Amino acid sequence: MFWQQLVNGLTAGSMYALIALGYTMVYGILKIINFAHGDIFMVGAFLGLIIIKQFHLGFVPAFLLSMVIVAIIGIIIEKIAYRPLRKSTKLAPLLSALGVSIFLVNFAQLVWGTEVRSFPPSLQIDTFQVGSVTLSNIQIYALLISFALMLALHFFVHKTKMGVAMRATSHSINHARLMGINVDNIISLTFGIGSALAAAAGILIGLYYDAVYPVMGYTAGLKAFTAAVLGGIGSIPGAMLGGLLLGVVENLGAAYISMGYRDAIAFGLLIIILLLKPTGLLGKNIQQKV
Amino acid sequence: MNFKPNRFLPNRFLNGKLSLIGALLLILILPQVVASEYVMHVLITVGLYIILSLSLNLVSGYTGQLSIGHAAFYGIGAYVAALLMLRLNLSYWAVLPLAGLVTAAFGFILGLPTLRLQGDYLAIVTLGFGEIVRLVFLNWDKVTRGPMGLPGIPSPQIGDLVFMSKVPYFYLVMGMMLITLVFMIRVSESEMGLSLMAVSHDEVAAEAVGVNTLKAKLLAFTLSAFFAGIAGSFYATYISFISPDSFTFMDSITILAMVVLGGLASIPGVVIGAIVLGVAPEVLRFMADYRMLLYGALMVVMMIFKPDGFWGAKKRVYNVIRKNLEQKQLLHKRGESV
Repeated sequence: MFWQQLVNGLTAGSMYALIALGYTMVYGILKIINFAHGDIFMVGAFLGLIIIKQFHLGFVPAFLLSMVIVAIIGIIIEKIAYRPLRKSTKLAPLLSALGVSIFLVNFAQLVWGTEVRSFPPSLQIDTFQVGSVTLSNIQIYALLISFALMLALHFFVHKTKMGVAMRATSHSINHARLMGINVDNIISLTFGIGSALAAAAGILIGLYYDAVYPVMGYTAGLKAFTAAVLGGIGSIPGAMLGGLLLGVVENLGAAYISMGYRDAIAFGLLIIILLLKPTGLLGKNIQQKV
Repeated sequence: MNFKPNRFLPNRFLNGKLSLIGALLLILILPQVVASEYVMHVLITVGLYIILSLSLNLVSGYTGQLSIGHAAFYGIGAYVAALLMLRLNLSYWAVLPLAGLVTAAFGFILGLPTLRLQGDYLAIVTLGFGEIVRLVFLNWDKVTRGPMGLPGIPSPQIGDLVFMSKVPYFYLVMGMMLITLVFMIRVSESEMGLSLMAVSHDEVAAEAVGVNTLKAKLLAFTLSAFFAGIAGSFYATYISFISPDSFTFMDSITILAMVVLGGLASIPGVVIGAIVLGVAPEVLRFMADYRMLLYGALMVVMMIFKPDGFWGAKKRVYNVIRKNLEQKQLLHKRGESV
């Protein structure tokens, strides 16, 4: 039972981590909570579903196409809703993000309907036993794809010129600009990558739970945001760690303590960790200056 | 210390007794003019939203502590009131202060993490608190009946008069709203209000000039929760049915949106924000399915054109001060005396 829950937790956690990365990268640079991120994730899931169902593309092209389209949507959202507010108070972009979130959910309800949809059965679900643990092929795909994407992101951020520019921008926008970095492009890139990862997570979660619906971004977004804060918001490894930890803890909590209180356990853990370490697990401690 | 209201401070708009009397008259007359039950319902909802957003404004506006779990207090107030009325057969008037006090105690508890946490980290704790409270409503079957909610909450009663139509509810909620309004105006102009604002501008500096920041923040959270609890108790008796669905994250966000859209730390702003966002979904009803789509888009547009809200207090204050400073510098440059 323990190992089974651990594997389930890691699967869910790796997908939380994918969404959390979008929150944390945007926060690292702009210091805003992108509340529309959960709904971008939902749009990604729907696009993947539509591409497979109506355009009859295979899983892999649909997956990639959805990531690209959602990346573009993310960049457009940033341009329309956040860019004009970059110099205003901190709460203005937050509300703007909420507006985008309400817009996206209702857009999805109008266009795709409110009922729960599922991926076509062309994707066979196979289960097999490893010791006492039951694994499904979807679980393995989800884990492999999430980890591959996270590795790719890690490589991108640390080994490429664009990645260096991104880290510099998150360190200080003004200094990055003085060093000749096109900050606007970097911010667009950040939104693009974050949204693409969310789309990937959307399709994987849609497959894993066999459900795609307009308000699916709400809980997933909340969980991923929690994961990002848990790991230390603004820190990319923090988001990965936070996501995995959250997934494992809530699955173990659901199994051993109470199913109904699954989410409450996750949030309770978050509050306790924040009280003990106020900037999250891997967050930087910033000295307050007068 | 005797502090005269500073002329830079907001709220002069509603400071006069005249406007209060005007508001009172309007409230007295409105139910006689408005015949439609539906319009009365919208007005009552707006009154509730004004209480809720004014109470959140104390924490997020004046004290600058972003809270995205305010619906939890609203819910606690509603559940405490409903349970006391249903299980102990208490009258609404006995339950009303109790709901406020119990909720205030929870507000005090939520205020404690501000000792160590700031900004977005505090915000996520309030979010977590809100979710935990909702999940307890949902899962504590024995007491709250879980997702089935609590039906048949009795109406308030004065003597033999039981609240049946919308009119007495309207007077009740408007009375509560006016008391909240006057209280908030008094607070904002008191020494306490100034220390809250000092905390929101710069906590370290506030501490340095002798503001007990912990006490200020705890007070803000406790009082804010008290009023939200009162609003919750009204909601319970008015709708007569409550379930965990009425107190979700989206409700917290709606209340926060009213505060931010109206203008943080500005009482007239918050009232306007609550009225606009409270009425907007009803006005947009002709759009049918496109209603919420438009609502979301409007929120983005409004934030882009008015990022400080309709009645942003802070920006106004800064502008006045900046203008004064610029004038002084200009005079200084010309070599004239200041």
